[in-house]
Amino acid sequence: MNFFTELWQDFHHVMIENDRYKFMIDGLRNTFIITFGALAIGVVIGIIVAAIRTSFDKNKETLRLRGGFGYYVLLFLNGICKFYLTIARGTPVVVQLMISYFIIFAVANDGVPVAIFAFGINSGAYVAEIFRAGIMSVDNGQFEAGRSLGFNYFQTMWYIVIPQMFKAVLPTLCNEFIALLKETSVAGYVGVIDLTKAGNTIAGRTFSYFIPLITVAVIYLVLVMVLTWLVGRLERRLRKSDH
Amino acid sequence: MTTNDTLIKVENLVKSFGKIEVLKGINSEIKRGEVVVIIGASGSGKSTFLRCLNRLEETTDGHIYFKSTDITDPKVNINVHRQKMGMVFQQFNLFPHMTVLKNMISAPMKLLKMSKEDATNKAMALLEKVGLADRADAYPSQLSGGQKQRIAIVRALCMDPEVMLFDEPTSALDPEMVGEVLTVIKDLAASGMTMAIVTHEMGFAREVADRVIFIDEGVIAEEGTPEEIFANPKSARLKDFLSKVL
Repeated sequence: MNFFTELWQDFHHVMIENDRYKFMIDGLRNTFIITFGALAIGVVIGIIVAAIRTSFDKNKETLRLRGGFGYYVLLFLNGICKFYLTIARGTPVVVQLMISYFIIFAVANDGVPVAIFAFGINSGAYVAEIFRAGIMSVDNGQFEAGRSLGFNYFQTMWYIVIPQMFKAVLPTLCNEFIALLKETSVAGYVGVIDLTKAGNTIAGRTFSYFIPLITVAVIYLVLVMVLTWLVGRLERRLRKSDH
Repeated sequence: MTTNDTLIKVENLVKSFGKIEVLKGINSEIKRGEVVVIIGASGSGKSTFLRCLNRLEETTDGHIYFKSTDITDPKVNINVHRQKMGMVFQQFNLFPHMTVLKNMISAPMKLLKMSKEDATNKAMALLEKVGLADRADAYPSQLSGGQKQRIAIVRALCMDPEVMLFDEPTSALDPEMVGEVLTVIKDLAASGMTMAIVTHEMGFAREVADRVIFIDEGVIAEEGTPEEIFANPKSARLKDFLSKVL
């Protein structure tokens, strides 16, 4: 019996018999749901936090000169954002996940929404800093040119700064997305059957580790490679304006 | 072309950056149709003065009236007034993610609610005038410096401004491209546009200006016709400055 026939028989025994591959499919589905859900939350939080932090940096002098409440409102919001960034980036995501599941949402019996929440809150902090760096990287002359034409602050951001920011941060944002996808592999800590947990479960039932864990690794790798390829295409499309 | 109708009036303008007072009380007027050229050494405050006129720099004290509205009043919607004050920057500041045409039609379409067709027609007519109609679909990165600055000028003109502010429009250009940009500005002056120009091109200042303002250490040290300023400078500072740049 050669190596490949043996491998196939192992694979058949571990994955196909008793429909054990269905664990993997369910796990993959949960991994997708958690990753995309967390990404959506992360991007929304990221935009809000980055908007507050950059408008505070850009406008604090003007607002202070002009007086009134505006300055203090922005100062307060900026403080909250900084506090959030410190906590979300300063503690391990597994710990945040477990605090969410066992303390904050102790009544919850489904781990998936809690995982979406926890990973979303965590990822939002990183996305916020990516967006903020992106906005800062756009030359201030672009902002001034927009304002000089009569666009207000938000129109200038929306039509002129953010499209340029997006192009600048796309590779970094993609890295964050890939990191997030892989980070969700700790969702098993709160009883969620994600891809990793599914592999582990099959391994436990068949007392065979090689096939399930290598399969899990290959699936993650393929997902990451497809994502990288898609973002590469998008980047090339966005780059058509600079030659 | 100068009329008696005052378009911009500056009263006792003061601007500080932190503890440093850059403008120390400037009083001036720009009449409709007038071309005012502002000269002075680096760091004298001439660019800051120009940038205060459309409040890209917030003023510290004093008043600026545009068509008799005090635009330094915090309650004034500055965006509406900026639509009527075109600005051209030293670094061009074209939007790199938009084509030349899109650079020109965005503001008229979004702010003046002009239809795409009307805005495009207007933009193309202006491009025709500056000889760049064939570059309408190019991106800024495909243009030379001189072309970029000519586009920046017509982009501002698309908003039908009542005054144009030029902040050292030729300082970032290669020498062989300065001429093409100055020609466009001269044509604009001849068409009766009100303009305030900060420049180091003294020959051009002399040719295009109705009035020259010499700013030194944050105040207007001397002002007058090009003849008075360049041929008969009175103050020692202006004489010294001219001896270095002419």
